[in-house]
Amino acid sequence: MQQNRPEFLMCSPEHYGIRYVINPWMKLSQPSDPQRSCTQWNALHEILQELAGTIHVIAPASGLPDMVFTANAGLPLGERLYLSRFRHEQRQPESRHFRRWFEAQGFDMVEFPGDVYFEGAGDALFLGSTLFAGYRYRSDIRAHTLIAERQGIQVLSLELADRRFYHLDTCFAPLNSESALYYPKAFDPYARQVIEANVEDPIAVPAEEALRFVCNAVVIGRDVVIHRDCPRTRKALDARGYTVHETDLSEFIKAGGSAKCLTLQIR
Amino acid sequence: MVSEKVLLSGHIIDSLILPKVLDEIMDLGGAFAIEEIHVGRTRRDMSRACIEVSAPGRDLLDRILERIKRQGAVSVEPGEVKLARASRDGVLPEGFYSSTNLQTDVQFKGRWIRVRNPEMDCAVVVDTKARRARTVPMSDIRKGDRVVVGEAGVRVVPEKRTEETDEFRFMRSRTSSEKPKEIMIHEIAAQMKSAKRHGGKILVVGGPAIVHTGAGRCLEKLIRKGFVDVLFAGNALAVHDVEYALFETSLGIYLDRGQSAEGGHGHHVRAINAIRAAGGLRKAVAKGILKKGVMYTCIQEKVPFVLAGSIRDDGPLPEVVTDVIEAQRAMRRHLKGVRFALMVATTLHSIAVGNLLPASVRTVCVDINPSVVTKLIDRGSFQAAGVVTDAELFLRELSHILTGSRAG
Repeated sequence: MQQNRPEFLMCSPEHYGIRYVINPWMKLSQPSDPQRSCTQWNALHEILQELAGTIHVIAPASGLPDMVFTANAGLPLGERLYLSRFRHEQRQPESRHFRRWFEAQGFDMVEFPGDVYFEGAGDALFLGSTLFAGYRYRSDIRAHTLIAERQGIQVLSLELADRRFYHLDTCFAPLNSESALYYPKAFDPYARQVIEANVEDPIAVPAEEALRFVCNAVVIGRDVVIHRDCPRTRKALDARGYTVHETDLSEFIKAGGSAKCLTLQIR
Repeated sequence: MVSEKVLLSGHIIDSLILPKVLDEIMDLGGAFAIEEIHVGRTRRDMSRACIEVSAPGRDLLDRILERIKRQGAVSVEPGEVKLARASRDGVLPEGFYSSTNLQTDVQFKGRWIRVRNPEMDCAVVVDTKARRARTVPMSDIRKGDRVVVGEAGVRVVPEKRTEETDEFRFMRSRTSSEKPKEIMIHEIAAQMKSAKRHGGKILVVGGPAIVHTGAGRCLEKLIRKGFVDVLFAGNALAVHDVEYALFETSLGIYLDRGQSAEGGHGHHVRAINAIRAAGGLRKAVAKGILKKGVMYTCIQEKVPFVLAGSIRDDGPLPEVVTDVIEAQRAMRRHLKGVRFALMVATTLHSIAVGNLLPASVRTVCVDINPSVVTKLIDRGSFQAAGVVTDAELFLRELSHILTGSRAG
């Protein structure tokens, strides 16, 4: 069983903090607490170690506070990494570090052309064999076409419509090949229709829980790891036989990320 | 109207990107035409659509393009126009661009040049020194002409429909005999007045039925009142018009009595002979031989006419241009400034002239036979509207509306 358990990449939070503003969550007047950030990150790391296989940890780089959100490193598919090309220049230097780490692991790099932005697994999530991909605030839809072409897979592009949910993984979480959590108002009407037509069991989450990033969930088999205080979604998950692990990630929500953003499933 | 082509590819059907893009174009006030679409067969296959996006102005088009770019629409770079020299007179180089009757621009040395005299089925010749482009019919191509080849660097501007009045839109719907004629004729009269007001010329293309049905007098009135700037017809219209002027008959039938004249079957050849003896229509008028009729009025009012010959012509009259290529050239010379074309009771001349007209010329085709209008539109003159009715009823009503008095 050990070899079937997924492997994740995380980045320790020593350099994490609110140093700039690139989404509506970040406020320089609301800094994160370094101590509490470390405690919360360690707690998440521990839960994942229990549920998953290996948890790799990449060394953080000073001056790159968001590198802790490894979901945005790229999109690993088999032995290939679609390396992210970040929209905001504040995050662009992260790619150099992620590239080096993945190359060392034997991944082949696929890079996007200069004017095509793509922010990795933060905007690309598999539901069965279909890749659901978000665009508008961070990733470009043209990146989806390039992935679909290269991988020969179906990519359904979903336009995001609320800046607070700037990455797809902040408002959409596949649970298995049939069901997914999603926050309908984060999508434009066409994307909503696409989700409803292609997901057998779409579970709409309430606004207050969407704003606690309940969709930014790490799903490992029947286990779902989320930030605390999302009782209604928890109930829906319980009813479907999932085990919900709540953990406090409030320090990271200040920067607009939660459990899923802090992790990247690499295999 | 300005337009640009964009390409959309990916899982654009399942992701609803294609309908979204089309909706966005419409919502912003633009229009689209899907030029080509390839739909993937399986879920994994991607689809591709080439869309021509158009808008009334450049600013709006740019706004639309910017908006749909977000959905992955990429502009198809039109590039620079490609030219090849004609190797012989009257022969076009391989792969030449065949023109439409729509306004067309070509990109030459980084600049868009408007192609003069839009006409369908012609070549586009670029004068590289003067940086000018014009349509040239195959027969007028000269060795060494620099002819546009391929589609690169060519953009066609669709006809603007938005300014059109509701009335004309009503006329544009399918040609049918089941429509209220009076309203349609009023609309046509309004269009003719509007063309004159804007300094445009009115072209009338007429068949001999105008004379046979007794509508010649109505047409004369329109000519006298300045509603005809140029007349195109065949030998027959002029012959029967002269026959009536000289013998009071058309095809041997007295137009005022409806009875056949004795020996009337020969009147039209006698009429032709009289004009030939006089040295032509103009000379016949000058000599006082021809004293009434459509052709007489044209000459008196200095309205130019082109009579194009055909294989079944009797005579023909000296003014008839029997070389068809020469006739085409003569007609083209008179098309400058024409804004409105009225085609009455002639199949061949309607289609022939329709082929020469740019799509921007409002065209109305009147015939008792609905298939004439259908044929005209099917052969590319999509701007044409049709009225299915008798020539005399039509012209009588039209001249009454435009000149304010009942004819004869």
